[in-house]
Amino acid sequence: MTETSERSGVYSGVNGNDHGSAIWWIVAAPSVWAAHFLASYLTAAIFCAKFADSDRSAGEVQMAVMAYTVLAMVILAGVGWVGYRRHQSGHDGGPHDGDTRADQRRLVGLSTFLLSCLSAVATVFTALVLYFVGTCH
Amino acid sequence: MNADEFSDASGDDRLDASAKRLLDAWRTPTRWRYWSAVNNSEVGLWYVVASFTFFLFGGILALLMRIQLAIPDNDFLTADQYNQIFTMHGSVMMFLFAVPILEAISILLLPEMLGARDLPFPRLSAYGFWCFVIGGVFVCGSIFFGVAPEGGWFMYPPMTTEYQTGVGVDIWLLGLSFIEVASIAAAVELIVGVLKCRPPGMQLNLIPLYAWYILVVAVMILFAFPPLIAGDLLMELQRSLDWPFFDASRGGDPMLWQHLFWIFGHPEVYIVFLPSIALIAMIVPTFARTPMVGYGWIVLAAVGTGFLSFGLWVHHMFTTGLPAISIGIFSAASQAVAIPTGIQLFCFIATLLIGRVTKSVCLLFTLGGLATFIIGGLTGVMVAVAPFDYQAHDTYFIVGHLHYVLIGGTIFPIVAGVYYYYPAVTGKQLSERLGRYAFWSMLIGFNVSFFPMHLSGLLGMPRRVYTYPAELEVMTLNLISTVGAFVLAIGFVIFLFDVLRSKKNQPLAPRNVWNAGTLEWLAEVPDKPWGVRSIPIVTSRYPLWDQEGFVEDVDAGHFYLPDAEEGLRETLVTSVVDAEPIQCLRVPGPTFLTHFAAIFTGGVFILSTYHWYSAAAISGLFAFITILTWLWTGTAWIPEKQDKDVGRGVTLPIYVSGSKAVGWWAMFITMLGDMTAFISLVFGYFFYWTTHDDFPPDGSTGPGWIWPAVALLMIAIGYVATLAARKWNRQNHAAGFYAAIVCGVVCSLGGAAAVLYGPFTHHMDPTAHVYPAIVWVLTGWTALHVVLGVVMHVYCAARRAAGRMTARCDADIVNVTLYWHFLLLTTAITCLVIAGFPMVAR
Ligand code: HEM
Ligand SMILES: [Cu+2]
Repeated sequence: MTETSERSGVYSGVNGNDHGSAIWWIVAAPSVWAAHFLASYLTAAIFCAKFADSDRSAGEVQMAVMAYTVLAMVILAGVGWVGYRRHQSGHDGGPHDGDTRADQRRLVGLSTFLLSCLSAVATVFTALVLYFVGTCH
Repeated sequence: MNADEFSDASGDDRLDASAKRLLDAWRTPTRWRYWSAVNNSEVGLWYVVASFTFFLFGGILALLMRIQLAIPDNDFLTADQYNQIFTMHGSVMMFLFAVPILEAISILLLPEMLGARDLPFPRLSAYGFWCFVIGGVFVCGSIFFGVAPEGGWFMYPPMTTEYQTGVGVDIWLLGLSFIEVASIAAAVELIVGVLKCRPPGMQLNLIPLYAWYILVVAVMILFAFPPLIAGDLLMELQRSLDWPFFDASRGGDPMLWQHLFWIFGHPEVYIVFLPSIALIAMIVPTFARTPMVGYGWIVLAAVGTGFLSFGLWVHHMFTTGLPAISIGIFSAASQAVAIPTGIQLFCFIATLLIGRVTKSVCLLFTLGGLATFIIGGLTGVMVAVAPFDYQAHDTYFIVGHLHYVLIGGTIFPIVAGVYYYYPAVTGKQLSERLGRYAFWSMLIGFNVSFFPMHLSGLLGMPRRVYTYPAELEVMTLNLISTVGAFVLAIGFVIFLFDVLRSKKNQPLAPRNVWNAGTLEWLAEVPDKPWGVRSIPIVTSRYPLWDQEGFVEDVDAGHFYLPDAEEGLRETLVTSVVDAEPIQCLRVPGPTFLTHFAAIFTGGVFILSTYHWYSAAAISGLFAFITILTWLWTGTAWIPEKQDKDVGRGVTLPIYVSGSKAVGWWAMFITMLGDMTAFISLVFGYFFYWTTHDDFPPDGSTGPGWIWPAVALLMIAIGYVATLAARKWNRQNHAAGFYAAIVCGVVCSLGGAAAVLYGPFTHHMDPTAHVYPAIVWVLTGWTALHVVLGVVMHVYCAARRAAGRMTARCDADIVNVTLYWHFLLLTTAITCLVIAGFPMVAR
């Protein structure tokens, strides 16, 4: 209703159409990391406590975490792409500190994109550990 | 600042009629009624003073320890006293200073930064504050009677369950749980404040960085504290009722405490650190005279750190024999968190480099803090490498590392913040000269005190021992540390002197002394209790720099809500993302109800410490009645008219319900915290399963599936009845509404009984083994929540009967329905776990 484009400051008073999803994009990527992290940890903990053989090797865990990692990276790539597109949309190179909706969209896009990069790095860190440490000892 | 300063009418006569009405509505009560104030500027100030008082107390305890450790084989303190003192030092610093101070500063300043008149729930802040004071005095007081806890600030069982029979541990568990509840209350307040009380136009990319950080931190509190509260609950049940959660001989496991504690404990480090960084993020652009570089990157860093810090808990448990894989996973997350931390430091440094820096004490403390923190971060990366930790664990190396992080990362920035914001709060400036003395004395004293600790640690000096033999050859190092600690203390004394000295003869500071760009600097000198003359429209991150004629427009009342025609306190509520005005919110004024509520709630915890359970129950009853009175009289008022003209041709509703309303958000956020505590208990159930070969143990008669199923069914009916009640209320179908409520009450109570009847009828004895104990905890938790849900049903019925809830003004029943969504989820999880899991595990 009040799609105040440039220079806002005009409010009709009755509205409420919020770009509500914007804030969820920001937390999307770290949530993927968190899910991957928890899944890896729980798989390892439960496997080592309940199912590890006598030599305490954790080959199955490595396989499982590999699968989680592929899945997580695909989702992160998707989220990162969306963020990147939003960041670039109508990009003017400046800092997004204006009061237009487009500026807000670009800033949220940037944060989404950066967070998916960070989450990807952190996810890879977790996966690497599993790759190098193959036992429950 | 005292009461008369506000009420004194100097200049009042120059105000026009609308300004006078506004001033009247927001006037701070005077004389003894001053203490009934709930406005953020009073409560925030008290909160700051109280937290600093606890800091001084913790600091004095630290000096006592340093005196004891100055020379080998010292007998200044006994082992017993020393144990109490270091436990209290750690606990006071973490729970009574570091977390409360961040909430204090935020309550004081956040509304100003958002150009809001107040936070959405002023009485909740006041209640939290009084709970904090009562709980804090109680916990600190214990040391004067020699009954303080001795388990160290992380209270590991079995130390704290079997070897300590005094009330010390109970004081810690109950007293601090009480304070944690208050912290969560403040977190709810701050989250809703940032999301819903921003000025029109302040969309996501214009939020001051401080608010971003506080949002992240408050969410972290919401997810970090509940696991600790769950742990406290389990440990207190073990101590008072002998339910064996941490007793290995009856199936319990002390490791569960360590998990629950550190799921809280590591994020806690970031919870205390990020708000200080947030202060730096406000200070740096002001003194660099340029907007912060890399706003988007800092948002990334804040959010990223918030998430990653939850992936670190196990790094405090490297030496407990966990599987190598688990340890590796956490080691990885510990390294990853360095990335966002580094990013924000780079942004600060870049801003300082490209700006034209003006020198000041404030900036000195900022830079000193950053440098100290970076050193602490480096030693932190060292201990996060598992093999190194095996060496350094439990030595003074850790004590050195931790204080570099905590003092560099929190204390120095907070002192910088005091220098920065002092003029905004009191109208007077602190002395630059004294400030420089204080700074150098603190910085030098700090390094002299804590750097040698790394060395004495590497030489093998263990932490938490009250003395050491002369043969260990750490005597010189310790003596240096002690001298340093006193130099550090002198720095604080200078600082305190400057803060407290009378400034009567000193001229008032000019408005916006530092020439900053953000809204909190709109504050007039001397300040007026209304916050801002009119609530501005914001189109920039630094409106005072970028928006032309901004201050004049605000002062002239050209923006929103420049008047209080009805003589009521009002502020604007805006939408979460785009910050478009959606409601004119009326906020309640001064009251003593919150004090009574805090005293009675405190009574429950404090009396339970001494096992005076009937007295505690009576106190609980009074707390319950007081809080109901408070809700009844102070929330969801039906306004005399539907809409109100808030200025500039905008008309907003006064009453809204559902997801537009602040109350709905508060309920939602509180329930997220509540669910987190519950999930921690469920985690406990499965944790026992992983660490035991037989869980549920052979031959145990579980709660069966029949009664849990009955319970789930009946509570589900209660849920449907709640939905029906909401619908019929909205359709103004009174008979249907009351019928639904009655049905809901009856079925839910039946369900609560059924969920308890399962373990009861199978004679599950919670003291015999951990399995029945954890089942009882889950069922008890659920039953208690159902009873609370029923109270809410009755409350809604009474509200409608009394005409305080109508078909249109239905916030009460809408919020209760929201509670019931969570309640249904809790019930379903409980029933599935206790009834379903034993079947698959067999
Ligand atoms: C003001 C100067 C301070 C000094 C001289 C100091 C001194 C000490 C000393 C000597 C210990 C080791 C006790 C032992 O292991 O035997 C200690 C522990 C500790 N300190 Fe401080 N401290 C200071 C400030 C702080 C601050 C500001 C915080 C937090 C915000 C803090 C938090 C802690 C914690 C959590 C412990 C661990 C307690 C335990 O082992 O349970 N300290 N401090
Ligand atoms: Cu940690």
